[in-house]
Amino acid sequence: MSAPALDVGAARTALAGACDDVAEAGPADAVDGVVTALVARPASTAEVAEVLRAAAVAGLTVVARGSGTKLTWGRPPERADLVVDLARMARVQDHAAGDLIVDVQAGTPLSAVQEEVASAGQRLALDDPLGGATVGGALATNLSGPRRVAFGTSRDLLIGVTLVRADGVVAKAGGRVVKNVAGYDLGKLIVGSFGTLGVVTEAVFRLHPLPAAHRLVTALFDRPEQAQRQVQGVLSGQVVPAAVEVEQPAEGPGRVSVLLEGIDAGVAGRADTARRLLGAGAEEGDLPAGWGAFPWTPGSGATALKATFALSGLARVLATARSATADAGVTLDLRGSGGAGVLYGALPADTHPVAVGSVVARLRAECTALGGATVVLDAPAEVKAVVDTWGPVPALELMRRVKEQFDPERRLAPGRFVGGI
Amino acid sequence: MSVTHGTESTAGPVLGPVPPEATEATGSSGPDPAAMAAVIEAARAVLPPDSLIEDHIRLRTYECDGLAHYRVTPALVVLPETAEQVAAVVRACSEHGLPFVARGSGTGLSGGALPRADGVLIVTSKMRAIREVRAHDQRAVVEPGVINLDVTRAATPAGYYYAPDPSSQQICSIGGNLAENSGGAHCLKYGFTTNHVVGAQFVTPQGEIVELGGLAPDAPGYDLLGAVVGSEGTLGIATAVTVRLVRLPEDVRTLLAGFRSTDDAGAATSAIIGAGIVPAAIEMMDALAIEAAEAATHCDYPAGAGAVLVVEIDGARAEVEHELAEVERLCRENGAFEMRVATDPAERALIWKGRKSAFAAVGRISPDYIVQDGVIPRTALPEVLRAIAELSSSSGVRVANVFHAGDGNLHPLVLFDDAVEGAGEAAEKVSGAILDLCISHGGSITGEHGVGIDKAAYMPRMFSDDDLDTMQLVRCAFDPDGVANPGKVFPTPRLCGEVPGRRRGAHPLVEAGLAEAF
Repeated sequence: MSAPALDVGAARTALAGACDDVAEAGPADAVDGVVTALVARPASTAEVAEVLRAAAVAGLTVVARGSGTKLTWGRPPERADLVVDLARMARVQDHAAGDLIVDVQAGTPLSAVQEEVASAGQRLALDDPLGGATVGGALATNLSGPRRVAFGTSRDLLIGVTLVRADGVVAKAGGRVVKNVAGYDLGKLIVGSFGTLGVVTEAVFRLHPLPAAHRLVTALFDRPEQAQRQVQGVLSGQVVPAAVEVEQPAEGPGRVSVLLEGIDAGVAGRADTARRLLGAGAEEGDLPAGWGAFPWTPGSGATALKATFALSGLARVLATARSATADAGVTLDLRGSGGAGVLYGALPADTHPVAVGSVVARLRAECTALGGATVVLDAPAEVKAVVDTWGPVPALELMRRVKEQFDPERRLAPGRFVGGI
Repeated sequence: MSVTHGTESTAGPVLGPVPPEATEATGSSGPDPAAMAAVIEAARAVLPPDSLIEDHIRLRTYECDGLAHYRVTPALVVLPETAEQVAAVVRACSEHGLPFVARGSGTGLSGGALPRADGVLIVTSKMRAIREVRAHDQRAVVEPGVINLDVTRAATPAGYYYAPDPSSQQICSIGGNLAENSGGAHCLKYGFTTNHVVGAQFVTPQGEIVELGGLAPDAPGYDLLGAVVGSEGTLGIATAVTVRLVRLPEDVRTLLAGFRSTDDAGAATSAIIGAGIVPAAIEMMDALAIEAAEAATHCDYPAGAGAVLVVEIDGARAEVEHELAEVERLCRENGAFEMRVATDPAERALIWKGRKSAFAAVGRISPDYIVQDGVIPRTALPEVLRAIAELSSSSGVRVANVFHAGDGNLHPLVLFDDAVEGAGEAAEKVSGAILDLCISHGGSITGEHGVGIDKAAYMPRMFSDDDLDTMQLVRCAFDPDGVANPGKVFPTPRLCGEVPGRRRGAHPLVEAGLAEAF
């Protein structure tokens, strides 16, 4: 589909009435290598609506941006005429501590949300494994980290959402109360939709109390079966873990680490139990720097993978990763929430795309057999060009119909999501 | 509103015909005979004879769900045993433009499974296999007709249970729970059905069988399962459900505390949450509800209490002991004059008996009552309870309060005697005013019972036209012909415009012949 050439001047004029902060895009505004023409920085939901209405009239394709740390996730968009930057929507609008909820604008960094709610001894139980994520970006990419074992992910914490549709209509779903079954739960649909259904402008989350104490219990493993025994032992024991992380670095032994949170006396007792369950050599300590981070640095050119699987398939996934990388002659760092059936992988920047493809194919076959999937989250252009990044997706036709309803002109991040959505 | 007569049984007397505003939503004009004949033929082709009900007397058995106020006799009832049978019937409905309604055990309290006079009722009660309990995966795969409590019974030997526990858990089905996103007393800590359903085999309103989610988390693509859970049967029918199993806690302690007033009990609730404690449940009953429960079950709640709290704490033993001591202290500081901690399962059951029987027990003190399900931010509890008391005294309509205090989910029971002229109308007025109170405090019209046919008219008070229009985009994607449980949830249907399924444009790599659709 060859796009008609964009008249930047005309587009800018069209947007001028919608938002007072519209600028021509620079090279740094490119979206995963796709050159953009304009950047709008609306300051409110109403302004985002105006911008999207104007973009609809002008036929502009739109990509929403928070801090941009995951803008290269997914496939590059077919076109990205306009970047809607939410940096000016970075306010914690209401922290109702007594109700354990927080109402925030989508451009707010997760760290700023945490800082605000921590003043009342609370937290949003959503990790930020890459650092620097905004609320909107975390929702769009369904970002999660170690504590998902205890608290779930965005879909479990988001209780209300305001979004602006491709046609500029503002819609809300959910609300400000934790318990609410009135109407469809659009928040679920938005989480992980990569900006293809609408632009999230505001979100309400449920909060949890900050724990008084925490301990990390770690143990090494040499063989995948050993890791699985350790993880299963912890999950079936009575240690109530906040996180169960598994690391299998490219070389050397792997590590299982169990995070316990709660009151002092309780954590101490459960740490003892966890040490016993993990076996000889298990150690107790504090959280080391970088614990729970994804195994790659944004912008490093690494190929970033996400593998999901039924919990009891951990050993098989670890073993497949080992054999697939050995056969392809490459290295893979695996790290993630082994206690939730999610591992993230990083292949170094210089890995040949064909080798990436073969590792992905092997892992995908294994994870699919285990009820999960393997997705390439991020990768250099030459890898994305030859590797099936999203893989097979069940119910794809139904997803296309949802997209067709929300964005019939395919102007929101077209091509970035599964099946070319 | 849920109007109930004496008990929660569906066998009570008929209050009256379906109100006029609901007739369009129930297809009371009856089915198109030729279309129905074609659907019956298609159903006969895939179902054994005893799985089709056409006899009028037997059809009437299915005329209502747990909200017995509304009654509609379906044109046809089918009891399929497989996903393929469900899909075949749904496909026939779709082809011939007849509506269908799915029903599990029929315990819903918002009329979500109210049949259509012009359509088919698809009952899942023959789909009752627990296919797999996978303790090492913390999952179970069950058919939609499986009873909620049976999942827990099947998982308990392995040390696990299914957390969502609606008070009807001994009879309600997992398929119905999925449709309604059912809650329960313990969702304060553990969440709702939507947090515990991780996969489903699903029949779309066009009769396609699709897999949503699965054993592993975070399936790539849109979270269609998240949209389906709680959609009240308007997006299709689940034919198999994969649920999360939760490890049985090491310790469970249940505390009963008597207070002089609901204000004191509300303050204690706020203090507990404010102290960073997340109990498994915090339930409150006011004096009228206590009186009813006492009359019905002799649960021996503290004499003279204006309110009681039932607080349950579970988890690792050391935390449970610590938190229980904290909860006792906070209750005492906020005026609890009597406290009892259950020390064994029997005592625990007795404490819960009073709470769980409260709805039915109210039948002892009032011939008729309406159950509401509004939600408010928990901190607004004292204010809203006072406003409800004022509504009650100014109208002369008695209101008993039983609710999930921890998450602000109120179940006011509005009492009346339908034999008294105008009493029903007065009760409905109070009931509606309570919902308005919830909305004006930033809450919701339903916390766990669903919108169904009962509260569809209230949706515009909570959501704008644009909000409802946007929700119905999902409806249009799944059900462009509007055959799946039409008339529920939304006060007015959206015209879906062009037929979906047609895709515009292609991925450039696909178009260039370089690749299959990624």
